[in-house]
Amino acid sequence: MSTSLSTRPPEDDRKPGELGFGELLRWIWRQVTSMRTALILLLLLALAAIPGSVIPQSGVDALKTSNWQADHPELTPIYEKLSLFSVYDSPWFSAIYLLLMLSLVGCIVPRTWHYWRGIRAKPPAAPRNLTRLPDHAAYHSTEDPDVLLERARAALGKRRYRLTVSDGPDKWVSAERGYLREVGNLLFHLSVLVVLVGFAIGSLLGYKGGVILVVGNGFSNTLTQYDDFDPGSLFGADDMEPFFLTVDDFDIDWLTEGAAAGQARGFVAHTTYQESLDSPEEEYDLKVNHPLTIGNTDVFLIGHGYAPVITVKDGNGDVVYSGPTIFLPLDQTFQSIGVVKANTAEPTQIGLEGEFYPTAAFSDHTGTYFSAFGDLGNPMISMLVYTGDLNMDAGVPQSVYSLDKSDAPMLRKKNGAPYRVDLQPGEEVTLPNGLGTVSFDGVERWTKLQISQTPGKWIALAGVVLALIGLLGSLFIRPRRVWVRARRDEHGTLVEVAALDRSGGGDTAAVVDELVAALQREDKA
Amino acid sequence: MTDASWETLSNQAVAAAGLVYFLALIAHLIEWSSLRTLPVAAGSERQSSVDIPGGIAVATGPDEAGEAKRRRTELFGRLGFLLTCLAVAIQFVALLARGMAADPNRVPWGNMYEFTLAGSFVVALIYVALYHRLKLAWMAPIVVAFVLTVLMVAAIWLYAPVAPLTEALTSYWLVIHVVSAIIATGAFTLGGITSAMFLVKSRGSERTTGYVARLPQPEVLDRVSYRLHAFGFPVWTFAVLITGPIWAHQAWSSYWNWDPKEVWAFITWVVYAAYLHARTTAGWKGRNAAILALVGMATLWFNFIGINYFSTTSQHSYAGGAPAVVQQR
Ligand code: HEM
Repeated sequence: MSTSLSTRPPEDDRKPGELGFGELLRWIWRQVTSMRTALILLLLLALAAIPGSVIPQSGVDALKTSNWQADHPELTPIYEKLSLFSVYDSPWFSAIYLLLMLSLVGCIVPRTWHYWRGIRAKPPAAPRNLTRLPDHAAYHSTEDPDVLLERARAALGKRRYRLTVSDGPDKWVSAERGYLREVGNLLFHLSVLVVLVGFAIGSLLGYKGGVILVVGNGFSNTLTQYDDFDPGSLFGADDMEPFFLTVDDFDIDWLTEGAAAGQARGFVAHTTYQESLDSPEEEYDLKVNHPLTIGNTDVFLIGHGYAPVITVKDGNGDVVYSGPTIFLPLDQTFQSIGVVKANTAEPTQIGLEGEFYPTAAFSDHTGTYFSAFGDLGNPMISMLVYTGDLNMDAGVPQSVYSLDKSDAPMLRKKNGAPYRVDLQPGEEVTLPNGLGTVSFDGVERWTKLQISQTPGKWIALAGVVLALIGLLGSLFIRPRRVWVRARRDEHGTLVEVAALDRSGGGDTAAVVDELVAALQREDKA
Repeated sequence: MTDASWETLSNQAVAAAGLVYFLALIAHLIEWSSLRTLPVAAGSERQSSVDIPGGIAVATGPDEAGEAKRRRTELFGRLGFLLTCLAVAIQFVALLARGMAADPNRVPWGNMYEFTLAGSFVVALIYVALYHRLKLAWMAPIVVAFVLTVLMVAAIWLYAPVAPLTEALTSYWLVIHVVSAIIATGAFTLGGITSAMFLVKSRGSERTTGYVARLPQPEVLDRVSYRLHAFGFPVWTFAVLITGPIWAHQAWSSYWNWDPKEVWAFITWVVYAAYLHARTTAGWKGRNAAILALVGMATLWFNFIGINYFSTTSQHSYAGGAPAVVQQR
């Protein structure tokens, strides 16, 4: 008796319905890589992307997000737990697209081998019964089967089909075309991975930072010079290019008539820069849509505004604050808000908070000033005064655009109305109670530069371009098989033609008609 | 010509195009209403290679009244199509004049009005261009009614005077990006109409007269819909995932920002990818795939119109609101 050694565990000591661990894994893998799962994951991805378009995202608009959070104190902690303020980096969003990528790899890679064999294969033999195929035609001819088949061969060859011809007693031509469709499909799916890799490199290794520069000032590209800085999690500060850049001048072209009057048609920042300490100085006109590229770093002009030059002298007559002060524009008219913090003033600290109007006008209707136009027509500042402790020594970082008024009450007139400092350029006002003076010396401009490194962007671009090429192949190469059989019967030669579309988009009926017409055309000739 | 007279010309051309579309619609309605009582020819139900898929099959026979009716129907069908072609040409003039009216001259898509004008133009243009190739006669009344409605909505609610583009929008990438986005939108819209009709037709009414009975077979509708989507999808990919990011990188320093418009363009892309997959997946073919195509069209149009009302963070400033003067991040 021969012994057959089996390494398989006995099957029968398992309860029905129970799966072995290996089988379970295999089952899971099959599920993950099924087309149906891919489909569902795609739909999930679409659904999961929605919340990020209605809830403000901290990575997209931090200011708006914090405003929203302030307005919704109850929802905020819940949303935060669900990562709803950063949907696109959230664990659940990542989980969906990583699963999708896994599914894609699992689906596509095993097929590659299959495709590879398919690409080199010869067209398969004609099925026995061509008239069973959904698209077919049959007719009788008086010509010899060999002549007809030779003609079919020529006609199909001209249409770039790959051919197999049977010489046996059963005479047929089998033709196939569109082999590259699968390659296109493969290219498309693999390119999706390439795009993702490029995208990931950009968000992990890149950074994005912003700096507001008063015109005339310079900037050296080091971490400390940025106003805001948002690095990828693997970004190293030593990757920063050591360049210097100065905004020498700023021009803006206002529209003064037409439907869009009041808008800026365009603006340009004239800059000089050095790629590093010992490189020559170069010039560049920085405009929207025309970033400056220095090495791997791109510099963009994304905004501009006004910086009124304000000087504060304290009760002792010492200058405690002086310089262009950045005011943030609120709208198209460049009505802007800003603050001044004179925390070394004696006898008490002075804070100013208020607005700047490039073209000030007074509205009788609301009883307030407003800005009628974005250009400098009639510049004016209107600020409130706060005295006391601005809490700048508390060690808590403060925004330069807001005052901590908790220990600094507003300065009021005798009648209790707020004390306002309304100044035009060149004017000075003496504050009451021997606090000091405030003067408005002039207006400068500032530009906001966004500086970023986006490594991997060329990988991502190459990925989408390849994906598009693959997609075109996958969608427009129509793989199909065509068969022609000819045999003698009692009425002459029976010619049968059939076609099978393998993409689901082709119109095989038309293919059959056309081929029959080609065969018959020669028939009559 | 002065800018003002170009603008007047554009407005007049929009009105004229609307009028001609309206006449085309009437012609098609007459065509279809006189077809209503004629039973569908037996042959058109047959599934064979000589059948002309998508063509309107009309019973022919010795019946004199039927013959006269058939001729009248054909006449109005042709008239409707010719009027549609004329309207498309006039609408093109409207767009051209709109661009000439701006100083400096520019592409006519700076705001919702112009985008809607261009979008409906492309829907009509693609329909006219593919009319013979995909045998779209059955679609005539729907497309013409659709374009006419959109044109009216544009003229009544969305009208905005000619204005120069904001600087972020003056880029040739904008031209490529928007042209391709509009073309894809047109193709997807026609595909969506076809898929909707597929759903109607495949409910399988027994009637042999009426509009539904004359629609092409469900297989044909499914294939036409696929062709339109297969054309639209790569164009959309090009618009949203290639030229859009390139332009965004130049204008906003970040090629993909998860801006709401971008998010919805991405959602649309994913839904259409799902549609293409569904068509090749057992259990999802046919009905479910057609539903996905409609979902895709819904996301597309929502992105175009709806998102502007839901979100104000969008930097796609044609949506209305003031362009961001400065972004505080
Ligand atoms: C990132 C996600 C994916 C996208 C965007 C995507 C997109 C596409 C597109 C556009 C097509 C062309 C459809 C056509 O030829 O009609 C396609 C086909 C295909 N996809 Fe995907 N796909 C994705 C993931 C997957 C996954 C995970 C699988 C595996 C389960 C998969 C399997 C296939 C197959 C087998 C085809 C060929 C269908 C055919 O021959 O008609 N795809 N895919």
